[in-house]
Amino acid sequence: MEKHNIVELKDISVSFDGEKVLDGLNLSIEDREFITLLGPSGCGKTTTLRLIAGFLEPDEGTVIFEGKNLNGVPAYKRQVNTIFQRYALFPHLNVYENVAFGLRVKKMKEKEIKEKVTEMLSLVNLSGFEKRNIDTLSGGQQQRVAIARAIANRPKVLLLDEPLAALDLKLRKDMQKELRKIQRQLGITFIFVTHDQEEALTMSDRVVVMDGGKIQQVGSPQDIYNEPQNAFVADFIGESNIVDGIMLKDRYVEFSGHRFDCLDAGFDTNEAVDVVVRPEDVDIVEPQNGMLTGTVTSVAFLGVHYEIIVDIGGFKWMIQTTDEHRVDEKVGLFIEPDAIHIMKKSKYSGLYGDYSSYSEEHEHLSDVCEEE
Amino acid sequence: MKRKSFGSRLVASPYIVWAAIFIIVPLLIMVYFAFTDQSGSFTLANISMIGKYKKAFGLSILYAACATVITLLLAYPMAYCMTKMKISSQRMILVIVMLPMWMNFLIRTYSWITILANTGLINTFLQKIGLNPVQLINTPGAVILGMVYDFIPYMILPIYTVMSKIDNSLLEAASDLGSNSFSKLRRVILPLSLPGVISGITMVFVPSVSTFYISQKLGGNKTLLIGDAIEFLFNHGPDYYNVASALSLVLMAMILICMAIMNRFTDSDEGGVII
Repeated sequence: MEKHNIVELKDISVSFDGEKVLDGLNLSIEDREFITLLGPSGCGKTTTLRLIAGFLEPDEGTVIFEGKNLNGVPAYKRQVNTIFQRYALFPHLNVYENVAFGLRVKKMKEKEIKEKVTEMLSLVNLSGFEKRNIDTLSGGQQQRVAIARAIANRPKVLLLDEPLAALDLKLRKDMQKELRKIQRQLGITFIFVTHDQEEALTMSDRVVVMDGGKIQQVGSPQDIYNEPQNAFVADFIGESNIVDGIMLKDRYVEFSGHRFDCLDAGFDTNEAVDVVVRPEDVDIVEPQNGMLTGTVTSVAFLGVHYEIIVDIGGFKWMIQTTDEHRVDEKVGLFIEPDAIHIMKKSKYSGLYGDYSSYSEEHEHLSDVCEEE
Repeated sequence: MKRKSFGSRLVASPYIVWAAIFIIVPLLIMVYFAFTDQSGSFTLANISMIGKYKKAFGLSILYAACATVITLLLAYPMAYCMTKMKISSQRMILVIVMLPMWMNFLIRTYSWITILANTGLINTFLQKIGLNPVQLINTPGAVILGMVYDFIPYMILPIYTVMSKIDNSLLEAASDLGSNSFSKLRRVILPLSLPGVISGITMVFVPSVSTFYISQKLGGNKTLLIGDAIEFLFNHGPDYYNVASALSLVLMAMILICMAIMNRFTDSDEGGVII
C-alpha cells in the first residue's frame, strides 16, 4: 500500500507572551505510523500536539490534514482524538458513559453505542467495569478508560500527550506494549508525546527529537540512536561520550590525541567535528594495548553491567562493561571504527557528553518529568 | 469513629456554646410555644390554625419559586460568562456583584420604591415622553423583582465558584470528542456545575420564602406572604406568640422538605449545600 502523509505541519511558529515555543516547524506524518515527539520540558512537543488537536492555532504556518488546510477548523470538527496527560475523564459519568461520550455527541443509536462501548472496554481489558465510578479506578484503569473513550470514535489520528507519565514503571512497560498492540490492531496513526527516550525508542516507528521549538532530528529509533545529528540528540538519546575531534580526511578522525579509522565521510579536510562514542561500544583492554589510556575514577554496579568513568586527559568517559574494574586502575580503551560516529558542530557542541558532572546531569534529566 | 482530641474539642467549644444559646434554645422555645396554649398546657390548636394561612403559604412558595427561577436564569449565564473572562475582569465583576451586599438591605428595598412608585422614576419618565403611567409598585411583579434583586448575589457566587473550578482539560476533552459549545455546556458544564446551582437555589429560595419586608414595601397591603403573617402576629403581642410560633415551625418544616428534595438531585458532596 502506498504510504501517504495524513498530517503535515508547514512552517509552524507559535509564541506565548512573546516567547517562541515553536520556530519554523516542518513535519510530515505518515498514515498508520507510530510517531513519537521526544524532547525535554518546554521543547514544544505538547504545543505541536495541541496544534493538531485544534486547541491552539499557529501564529504562522499551516496544519494540513489529509491534504486539507485545518487552520481555523475547531477541535470538535477534527477527525483526531486526544488522550490527555491526566486523562481528563468526566467525573460525573461512569465508565460506560465516559466511553460513550463521543458516540452520544454523534447521536449514534443506543444499540450501536452499547456494542461499541462493550467492544472498546474489552479491547482495553475493562469488561465488567461499565457501572464503576471514575474515582474508584486506579491510575492504570483510568488510563485504559481514556484510551477506550478516544478510540471509540475511530479517529484517523490519535494524539497521546505523555499518557504514561503518571504510571509506575511496571505498569508503564505493560501499557507501552498494549498501546503498540492497539495501534497495530486498529491501524490508526498514533502521535505520541514523551520526554522518556527509552519509551520513544521501544514504541515508535519514527522518533522526532525536539528542542527549543525546533526539530533536531527525525528518524527511526535505530537512526536516532546510531546516527545522531548533533550533540543534543546524542546526549538526549541514551548515554554518549561526545568529544571534540578533527576530521583529517574521509574515514580518518583525530580525537583525544589519537588518530582513528572511522566510517564517516563527506566532511571538509581538517574540519572540527563532534565525535560520539557510545559507552557500550568501548572495549577495555590492557593499557599497553589501548588506543587511549586513562584512570578509572568511579565504578557503579547496575546489575547487567558496570558503569565506570575513566579519566582520559581530563575528559571523563563513561564506559559500560561486564568486567569488574577498580577505582584508580590504569586501563586502555579500544574503539572499533564502526563505534565512532562523527557529527557536524552545532550550537549544542561542548554542552554535553562529558561525564565529569555526571550526577548533576542525571538529576537534570529526572527533572524533566513535568511538561509546561 | 476516631475520638476527637481534647484540644480540638476545646477549640470547638465556644461555637458549641454559641450554637446552644442562640440556635438550639430559641428553636426549643419556638417548639414549646407552638404546641402550648396561653396557660402553657399542650395543644394542637395552633398548628391547626395554619389552615387559615393556606393562601399566604401558597403565595410565599409561588413568589419564592418565581424569584428563584428568574435569579437562576439570570445568574447562570452571568457566572458562565465570568469564567470565560480574564482573571482581572473576573475579580472586578465579583466585587461589583458583591457590592450591593455591603449596602443595607432596607435601603436597597427603599430605593426600589422610588424607582417603581406611581410618581417614581419610571412613571415620571413615561409621562415625560407622553405615555400613560403604569402601575408598578404594589404588584406581585414588584415583590418578585425585589426578591431577585436582593438575593441574586447568593445565586451567582456559588455557581461561579463551582464553575471556575471545572478543569479546563475536561472542556478540551469534550471538544476533542466532538462537542460544540452547546453540547459542551449541556453534557459537561451543566452537570458539573449542578452542586453550585443547588447551593444557589437554596440560598435564594430560603430567604425569599420567609421574607416579609420586601412584600410589605413593594407589594403594598395586597399581598400577604407567610413572613408578613408571622411578623404581624408577633407584633400583636404575647397573645399571638403561640400561633406565630406554629406558623414559623411549619414554614421551617416546609423549607427542610424542599431542601431535602433539592438534595436528591445531587449526590455529589462537592460544592457543599449551605443552608
